[in-house]
Amino acid sequence: MTTPPPAASPPTEAAAGTAPATRTMMLWCPDWPITAALREHALPADTALVLVDRGEVFACSPAARQDGVRRGLRIREAQARSTGLVSLPYDPSLDERTFEPVTAAVETIMPGVQVIRPGLCAIRIKGPARYYGGERGAAGVVFRTLAAIGLTDLRIGIADGPFAAEQAARATDELEDDVEQLVVIPEGGSPWFLGSYPLEVLEQPKLTVLLKRLGIRSLADFAALDASDVRNRFGVEGALAHRRARGLDHRDVVARRPPPHLDATADFEPSLARIDQLAFAFRTRAGEFVDELREAGLVCTALQVRLHTESGEVSERQWRHPRWFDADDVVDRVRWQLQGTNASDHGLTSGITRVHLVPEIVEDLADHADGLWGTGPDEGIHHGLARVQSMLGHGAVLTGIIAGGRLLADRRVLIPWGDTPAQAPTARVRDRTQPWPGRLPGPAPATVFAAPLPAVVVDARGNPVDVDPRGLLTADPSFFSAGPHDDRRPVHSWAGPWPINERWWDPEGRVLNRFQLVDHSGSAWLLLLEDHAWWVEASYD
Amino acid sequence: MAGGRGIPDTTLDLQARINSMQAGTLDSRRLPTVPALAHILPGGGLQSGGSYTVRNSTTLAMALLAGPSSTGAWCSVIGMPDFSVEAAQGFGINLDRLILVPDPGSQWLTVTAALVDVVSIILTRAPDHLAPTEWARLKARLRQRGTALITLGNWKQSDSTLGVAESAWEGLGSGSGHLRARRLKITATQPSGRLRHAYVGLADLQDASPEASASTALAQTSFGPASTLFEPRLMKSS
Repeated sequence: MTTPPPAASPPTEAAAGTAPATRTMMLWCPDWPITAALREHALPADTALVLVDRGEVFACSPAARQDGVRRGLRIREAQARSTGLVSLPYDPSLDERTFEPVTAAVETIMPGVQVIRPGLCAIRIKGPARYYGGERGAAGVVFRTLAAIGLTDLRIGIADGPFAAEQAARATDELEDDVEQLVVIPEGGSPWFLGSYPLEVLEQPKLTVLLKRLGIRSLADFAALDASDVRNRFGVEGALAHRRARGLDHRDVVARRPPPHLDATADFEPSLARIDQLAFAFRTRAGEFVDELREAGLVCTALQVRLHTESGEVSERQWRHPRWFDADDVVDRVRWQLQGTNASDHGLTSGITRVHLVPEIVEDLADHADGLWGTGPDEGIHHGLARVQSMLGHGAVLTGIIAGGRLLADRRVLIPWGDTPAQAPTARVRDRTQPWPGRLPGPAPATVFAAPLPAVVVDARGNPVDVDPRGLLTADPSFFSAGPHDDRRPVHSWAGPWPINERWWDPEGRVLNRFQLVDHSGSAWLLLLEDHAWWVEASYD
Repeated sequence: MAGGRGIPDTTLDLQARINSMQAGTLDSRRLPTVPALAHILPGGGLQSGGSYTVRNSTTLAMALLAGPSSTGAWCSVIGMPDFSVEAAQGFGINLDRLILVPDPGSQWLTVTAALVDVVSIILTRAPDHLAPTEWARLKARLRQRGTALITLGNWKQSDSTLGVAESAWEGLGSGSGHLRARRLKITATQPSGRLRHAYVGLADLQDASPEASASTALAQTSFGPASTLFEPRLMKSS
């Protein structure tokens, strides 16, 4: 064996020798995605539940596991193994959202929590152990605190370094069910504890395969190798894995800084029944909300408003802002939510007791700061339009986009100012790049009637014109009137019928015939014939 | 009482005369205009702060909006629920900078006044009734902000009135073909009462680039209705 270059060796040894692993408590909630989904959807704990990610099982509940469901199975296979399986799509953000109260609860009793991933978090145990009288005492406090918020399946491992602590937490599987799920590895005992583990726990598949071929089966075998040799042969990754195997975890517990509390609530006692009362009473709180955000160096660009009523109803809606919310904008949104564009929008029947504001998207104030000479004309636009919106309501000031569709009215989609196209009702925004057979050729008409006008089309003898079941005209159109109060116009030239067959497989589908007519004065019209009735779709005025 | 009523009437009359004289001496700030229309408008284009009436054609109104919009101005359309955004895009109107207020209800004047402050050009349906004093105030505001107002319908109080006098379509037969091209005779009445007209094709209105359509438009006005294809088929409009 060659002697390693002296320059490379001493620092490694020195670092290994002088930096002992941080004494760590690891909190582990097994199957956290499942726990989160059960809580979110209020399902009983013994449900056979799987979470599906891209057609494969991502996580399964204990009941499903008993039926033979495993991670990575295709969903059909899982359904075949377990009848009565409930499958839900996997939502990573749900995990984080539901784990947040757990972290917050732990932070109330001991500082310095590091969330490694939802369901797993690390705490430096030194301080809490001293305060609560020993490591077991501290763990007991954590058990009790989290049981109080309804989290019962919790495992705790205490060891030197996060890696050993995590393995200790997982080792609680070996314990009886009725004792505290706690494994404490005494100080300095980590190498001994980890020694019997297989190499797979390092989660480095390539290294594991290589070491196995070299005849190394357990972490103890791996730890027995010389550190400098491992570094030379396996590089930095290998050296780090080796340190972990020796119980000298290089990672420290990096405590998270609890996020500032940005929500705002206002309670009203007695409840308020009138919108103007509420707007007046809420104005101050809205101002404070915006000021708090500004002090944190943030601005809010998407806001969730929740209104609670006396009878327990909740009206919830997300509002976006083209720039960012100031106090007046917030009050406006609360008001619009109550006014609603239609009755089903909020459907509240009793007075408002509480308004809850949640900033959904916050951005750095610096990104939205006004320039020295203002931010150009757009700022004025937003203010002016916000004024009109506060006069007429959120849905009265619109921008238009062109969507796909055969009928012209379908192709025009109007979106309230400040909303994104994604927020428009999805059924109405159809892909424009699709071919849409039956759409109108030639120049687009300038006037498209939002509600088609009834029309009359007759032939030379005054009989109504229609299309027979074979799609042929009964007679050439000679006169027509567009709209109920229109004079009879002679037809100068015409074309049609152009059949439009929308969703023929669907009982809600429509069968129409479209015509272009030019009257004697040279104005062109677009007419529709549906179910023997004529309508004016558009006018080329 | 009779004398008391006479004084405001005289004031209004004088004010109206001042307004009509001022309209002629607006500062020469011009909004970009589609070349096919520029030379029939008084002052050689849309004047910022001016008011225009388009009698009978949304197409023509869109063509007026297209010039400022294609150069990045914000436009607003008030009280026109049937406005087709697809046709507007065909004219080169930037939909990202087009604000629609389809139903201002009874607050037409307030909404229009609020938007005068922020956009460069407004297209609106003519209000049923507007008191002369309110119109004078709105007009002063237009002039102050440099916003142009285009009113669709019969509205007598504007600086200039445009309309489609004749229109002919190409491409449609008796039961065959589809609408392809359109030729229009556009008239513009100036405050002085002078009438100017131009023959333009729909494609000229839709083409906002200056050099391409300027030449065609000029050629058509200098030689009258140049296109022999359409001439016999031009028809009287409403």
